[in-house]
Amino acid sequence: MGGGASGQGRVSPSAKLGVVLVVAFLAVAIFGPVFAPHSPTEHDLDRILEGPSAEHWLGTDQNGVDVLSAMLYGARTALIISGSVVLASAVIGVTLGLIAGYYGGFIDELIMRVVDVLLAFPGILLNIAIVALVAAPGIPTLVFALTVNGWVGYARLARGQVLSLRETEYVTGARAIGVPPRLIMWRHLLPNMLAPLFVFASFAFGGVVAVEAALSFLGLGPQLNYTWGALLDQGTTFVWQSPRLVLIPGIAIMLVVLGANLFGDGLRDKFDPKRYSDRP
Amino acid sequence: MSIGSFMVRRLGSSLLAIAGASVLVFFFLHLVPGDPVHQLAGGEATADQREEIESCLHLDRSLVAQFGIFLGNIANGTLGHQCPNPEENPTVMELILEVLPYTVELAIGGMIVAIALALPLGIVAALRRGSWVDAGAAVVSLLGISMPTMFLGPLLIILFFVTLGWLPGPAEPDAPFAIVLPSIVLGTALMAMLSRMTRSSLVEVMNEDYMRTARAKGLPERRVILKHGLRNALLPVITVAGLQFGALLGGTIIAEKVFARPGLGTMLLEGINERNYPVVQGTVLVIAIAYVTVNTLVDLAYGVADPRIRRR
Repeated sequence: MGGGASGQGRVSPSAKLGVVLVVAFLAVAIFGPVFAPHSPTEHDLDRILEGPSAEHWLGTDQNGVDVLSAMLYGARTALIISGSVVLASAVIGVTLGLIAGYYGGFIDELIMRVVDVLLAFPGILLNIAIVALVAAPGIPTLVFALTVNGWVGYARLARGQVLSLRETEYVTGARAIGVPPRLIMWRHLLPNMLAPLFVFASFAFGGVVAVEAALSFLGLGPQLNYTWGALLDQGTTFVWQSPRLVLIPGIAIMLVVLGANLFGDGLRDKFDPKRYSDRP
Repeated sequence: MSIGSFMVRRLGSSLLAIAGASVLVFFFLHLVPGDPVHQLAGGEATADQREEIESCLHLDRSLVAQFGIFLGNIANGTLGHQCPNPEENPTVMELILEVLPYTVELAIGGMIVAIALALPLGIVAALRRGSWVDAGAAVVSLLGISMPTMFLGPLLIILFFVTLGWLPGPAEPDAPFAIVLPSIVLGTALMAMLSRMTRSSLVEVMNEDYMRTARAKGLPERRVILKHGLRNALLPVITVAGLQFGALLGGTIIAEKVFARPGLGTMLLEGINERNYPVVQGTVLVIAIAYVTVNTLVDLAYGVADPRIRRR
């Protein structure tokens, strides 16, 4: 948003906001549970649906659980899932994209057909179908379900980059003196596509946070009461008595997704101010 | 690429996608960890009951025979029956046809909201580039993209149903105007995306030679923008809107849950909770086929209209 106008090396205010939001989320997810005043699962049925107080800064939910503590632990869960999905998707997608783009021919055709079939499904439907297979999905199930179609974007991006890089002189030169393909991909191709990959991963991170929250909201997340999506789902039941229970997790999810989008926009402007179209 | 081979190629890849989806959906039942019969019958089922469910799901037949039955159920339009007691319960297709109108209505409503809000927002932002209107439109679209559907839903319910009382709330799908809030919730993300596209597309078109020509020959600015600018700028926007129609189908799952509306998404979630595998298989298949079909039709229509698309 509004990027482009800022000069080279200068960071737009919206990109700064993105950095602040992303760093804040990481800090809360990593260190938050250490400072959590209560356990995220501790029920206190004498004090249900209480407003904010000195003991419960964000109040309590329908079971008397401290909302702040639940949110802090939920942040960590969101980071673990989204971080794992982005990492696994990037490794798988980039590897397959490099192979498809470098070798071309049959293997390229095969990988891209798989990509086409995966893209033919609405993404969330595929995630739902996979999670639905498991009676009590845990964090690994969710990471798996989100990675199954998560790698596709990275593969397309990496393949496209290889196609434009493989005819450059340093690559043809390396090939001519007999550098093995694996080394060419690792030393020459991969380092040159890191910038667009980081931009893509930043947008993708926000996307994964949103989808993970959506699955938890639908009751298909890891069977924990304190994921942000699950908190939002429980909150909607009590929206009459305490809208706070909807607002807190809802705003948290929105800020993380917003932060990832702004951060991605900022990175893109920094790496390549002319391109506007590599949002996934 | 000629128009014939473009169509053949495009249809081929769609058929491949549908075939892939069908195979995945078929194996779904076999990928269930543990024993689906056990999941369905529960712990205290007698051997007779277990056997009945097993034969009802055809799990006692060979894999090839099962796949044949699965394809047969697609061909005869029943999409299979529910187990146990297939005779007493409606077929999966009957269940789907009952709720399908709700989902279609919602998807169309979401699309109308998205286009009706995105076009004016994008056009004004493009015409007043750099002004506060442009900045405001950018903020609106950024919030729209970042706002999770399952958060926007409760927010609108609090505002328009609980506080103002203007519109029907959840679980009243047949009340007048009940479609309004779910459509807004569903269409917001797409609205955000389309308004950005409209803006950048119109900004690009404004610099074209034919726009300068139109102005030079003395046409009033209004006419230049409406007749020459928008006409050219909106083609890519409409195409993306069409391609996103399928994605809207995925979004209906969340919107239906937020508003406790009947529909394919609600049916899918109920099927999952009740471990009613034929229902899960049927709904996934129908949503996937609808998605592929809509995307294919949009692609084909655009390929016929604009030959440049056919080059890959």
